Amino acid sequence: MAQPAIRAIGLTKRFGATLAVDGLDLTLHQGRTLALLGGNGAGKTTTISMLLGLLLPSEGVVHLFGHALEKQRSALLARVNFSSPYVDLPHRLSVRQNLNVYARLYGVVRPKDRIATLAEALELQPFLDRPVGGLSAGQKTRVGLAKALVNRPDLLLLDEPTASLDPDTADWVRGYLERYQAESGAAILLASHNMGEVERLAQDVVIMKRGRAVDRGEPEALLAKYGRETLEEVFLDIARGRGQGAAA
Amino acid sequence: MTGMGASLGRIGALILRYVYLFKGSWPRTLELAYWPTVQLVIWGFITQHFLGSSAWLAQASGVLVTAVILWDVLFRGQLGYSISFLEELWSRNLGHLFVSPLRPWEFMAALTVVSLLRTLVGVLPAALLAGPLFGASVWDTGLPLVAFFGNLMLLGWALGMAITGLILRVGLGAESIAWAAIFILAPISAVYYPVDVLPSWLQSIAWALPPAYVFEGMRAVLFGEGFRLDLFLMALGLNAIYLTAGACIFLWNFRAARIEGRLLQMGE
Repeated sequence: MAQPAIRAIGLTKRFGATLAVDGLDLTLHQGRTLALLGGNGAGKTTTISMLLGLLLPSEGVVHLFGHALEKQRSALLARVNFSSPYVDLPHRLSVRQNLNVYARLYGVVRPKDRIATLAEALELQPFLDRPVGGLSAGQKTRVGLAKALVNRPDLLLLDEPTASLDPDTADWVRGYLERYQAESGAAILLASHNMGEVERLAQDVVIMKRGRAVDRGEPEALLAKYGRETLEEVFLDIARGRGQGAAA
Repeated sequence: MTGMGASLGRIGALILRYVYLFKGSWPRTLELAYWPTVQLVIWGFITQHFLGSSAWLAQASGVLVTAVILWDVLFRGQLGYSISFLEELWSRNLGHLFVSPLRPWEFMAALTVVSLLRTLVGVLPAALLAGPLFGASVWDTGLPLVAFFGNLMLLGWALGMAITGLILRVGLGAESIAWAAIFILAPISAVYYPVDVLPSWLQSIAWALPPAYVFEGMRAVLFGEGFRLDLFLMALGLNAIYLTAGACIFLWNFRAARIEGRLLQMGE
């Protein structure tokens, strides 16, 4: 059986006296999408940072594709990519230049061909030679997604991929992610507090509160467990401490 | 592609990022050469003014002009490294870079190459103009010029590594250090005067720094004493120590930034 794309055991992060993530266990298999659900400060971005090796855990280990991340960081990260509206690409470089730099950083063979493919798939041609700094939020999100897909990652980590997008563009991005996963069999880890997005994309959900996984399961199972119609209601039950089945 | 080939590919990719930056802005490229050329003109006229009244200067009319250009090599070497790093902070790009397969040492190697390119673009026009404008050719130094240039670049990189390490720790609040730090070395680097002009306690500090050996070596060549291998080797040895220290400071602070979560947060 193939090794999981992510296996994190006892992931803990302390910033001084603050416990940002507390003993989190995560497993994500190829071809599946796991959503980290939680309010502001729940520890989602901290968790993603640790899974990417950007942040060293205080305790616990991260294995990607069966290998310890800290031991083979460079080789493992070549199979991973990341997108977040909160991390920019160089504004003065054009979209094409940014993609070319990142394609080469990830060791992509024939970067020009890959950029042409992505430009067509993500409809980047009209602004491919414009500086990133002059693009709209929606265009920047598509460029960020192109950068995240430039190496055809086996594992894609997305931090609030549709934040600040209009509903039409957000729907388009979700559709593209579904198609990419169906074609590539990639694993996707999604951090979001957009419940509709999580319900649509994720097969597994981990609900986080104050750095801890307070519940987890498939969306349908969570709905049944809490006796709710939507994940948003489940989330509110947990956030407000109403506990499972409170509204039943 | 794996191993060293992959590393070179990533270093090349990062160099390409800075080449794009300069291709997209000719004022940036022009700015690189602007200050070294202005400095050359000022010191060229100072040389012409004092040439008739200074026996020391009359022995080697190019000594001040060569010194000012070599000092700029050190300044540009350090600045070229530090500013390239700051570009990543200003554009909030560190997070993307370090979730890629890029290793910290590859990042440092790319910054050293970019620093070399920026220094050459900045200093070459001044070096080429020194002869036609003031009859004081830097190239009269001959092959030892490569040794002086190399030693000053090495110290510039060592300082660049240490300063960028400090910025990683403190944040953009320490940005001004990148611009100002080098000038603390200027009075004790014996750029325009011999080391023995300094008070004895300052001489000890000067001899602990590579530039004193480089500029004394430069004067030895220009005053006809020939290339001083002893001075060159001392500068090289000291540079090996400072370069190791600079790299350790950067890598230590890089690890601290990974522990404290600063790689994703840093930026304007």
